[in-house]
Amino acid sequence: MSEETGDIQVLIDLMARLPGLGPRSARRAVLQLIKKRGQLLIPLADAMQTVGATARECLNCGNIGTTDICKICENDKRANGQICVVEDVADLWAMERSGVFHGRYHVLGGTLSALDAIGPEELRIPRLIDRMTAENVSEVILAMSATIDGQTTAHYIADQLPNLKVTSLAQGVPVGGELDYLDDGTITAALNARRAL
Amino acid sequence: MPGRHLASISLRHFRSHRRVDAEFDGRPVAIFGANGAGKTNLIEAISMLSPGRGLRRATSEELIRRPENFGWKVTAEIAGHSLETTAEPGGARQVRIDSKLGPQIALAKVARILWLIPAMDRLWIEGADGRRRFLDRAVLSLDPSHGEAVLTYEKAMRERNRLLKDMVRDAHWYTALERTMADAGRRITAGRQATLDALMAAQAGAETVFPAADLSLTHADQPSEDLAEALAASRPRDLAAGRSLVGPHRSDLQAVWKAKGVDAKDCSTGEQKALLISLILANGRALAAQMGEAPILLLDEVAAHLDADRRAALYDEICGLGAQAFMTGTGPELFAELGPRAQHFEVVEAEMQSEVRHAG
Ligand SMILES: Nc1ncnc2c1ncn2[C@@H]1O[C@H](COP(=O)(O)OP(=O)(O)OP(=O)(O)O)[C@@H](O)[C@H]1O
Ligand SMILES: [Mg+2]
Ligand SMILES: [Zn+2]
Repeated sequence: MSEETGDIQVLIDLMARLPGLGPRSARRAVLQLIKKRGQLLIPLADAMQTVGATARECLNCGNIGTTDICKICENDKRANGQICVVEDVADLWAMERSGVFHGRYHVLGGTLSALDAIGPEELRIPRLIDRMTAENVSEVILAMSATIDGQTTAHYIADQLPNLKVTSLAQGVPVGGELDYLDDGTITAALNARRAL
Repeated sequence: MPGRHLASISLRHFRSHRRVDAEFDGRPVAIFGANGAGKTNLIEAISMLSPGRGLRRATSEELIRRPENFGWKVTAEIAGHSLETTAEPGGARQVRIDSKLGPQIALAKVARILWLIPAMDRLWIEGADGRRRFLDRAVLSLDPSHGEAVLTYEKAMRERNRLLKDMVRDAHWYTALERTMADAGRRITAGRQATLDALMAAQAGAETVFPAADLSLTHADQPSEDLAEALAASRPRDLAAGRSLVGPHRSDLQAVWKAKGVDAKDCSTGEQKALLISLILANGRALAAQMGEAPILLLDEVAAHLDADRRAALYDEICGLGAQAFMTGTGPELFAELGPRAQHFEVVEAEMQSEVRHAG
């Protein structure tokens, strides 16, 4: 097989860097795109262009959308006093898909790790603390992973909210970047069985 | 149910061994051969069937056979499970149990392996870390969950040490890490203490020529009994030092020759060795009592330092325990007393590689 070179190879190499894709599946995907130029390739390129220009992090919660303040933060009905703290936007989206949670979110974008030079500032934790009064929060639900860093982060946050109800999702449930892999029923059960930290 | 002994082992490009396949029937295994033949390398390969860096604490890189530098592989069968561990040049060691990739600490659940090597002759007089490692291996053999507690503790401590080095002063961050350290630390200390109790009970209940020891755990002066409090109180001192100064990573194992009341470090060279053998045997007995089966023992040159009577007694006790003990020595005469109670192998060096031959 002769290796493709030039522009098409550039596209294949980029695709191969996507999660879940390797060089082989990237080659197949690109071939398919080229064969279906009108139905797939052009619309995809357009959509990417648009998202590339408009996608941004919500200034309030870190969710990803196309406006400075995301739809959830803008919606007054979501201001029910609950904030669910997640590690990753994928977790937020998984919670939303399950439809069980009616409050707002705060996306950390990772976990505390001194060794990786990720501190409270990098994780928007000061912003989270500010939101407590600004949004009249009555309960913070922590949905961090069961890793050491995840638990350190959870305790770090809980420690700074001494006068607030702080709960965490039921233990034994893989969470934090992993909520995405759970079915809605499991997420619902984990939320209902949350307990004080 | 198959026994917990090592039923077979294969080495590929592991140190001086290019290709070795051997089968064992559960009896003790006597391994003899000239200096440099590859005896210690062979039992080192067995030690890689447990978590960690094996009996020489070598890196994966050092185990690769030179000059080829292909990477090494050790496969084995224990208790009906197939174990495989490998490393490529520049890569980390990988572990597969029944063909499934897993963490190293999972090995502790399948194979209980303990060892004594000549370098441990100085265990009682050198630094505390050697004694801690020795103790932790005993704990791990009796309680495989000890490995997880140690890893958790060390990970949280590395995080805390980084905060100390970077002079971070965020008290909440310390508190969160110290909470994990205290929780894992309590489990570590409880596991160590339970192991010391089990070892002393096993020594007391055994008919043995090897000396009983009074064992105790000593701690670096801790400002408080409660580890979380102690860590919090130690922060100013730790900031100055740039590392954590209290906790189970600073504990030490103390042994006193019971009958004489003499501290291990003040015993004679031979007596110090006898204490170590006594502890390994006690560990084996404690495991046999707990699991109904003795562990695999790797005793490198254990025969060399013992007089004939002691040696014969050691062999009798190993056979009595029913432990599969792999013992090395330079000549077959060192293992003569074992006779048919053991399997005998000779390791020879030929054409730049070690060969393992069945010798009765
Ligand atoms: N990575 C390696 N590749 C090839 N050979 C190695 C490697 N590491 C060590 N060796 C060689 O393995 C040989 C055997 O070592 P080993 O320690 O097993 O000997 P031994 O039989 O235990 O000898 P002794 O009786 O002196 O203890 C040594 O000659 C050493 O040079
Ligand atoms: Mg040797
Ligand atoms: Zn938002």
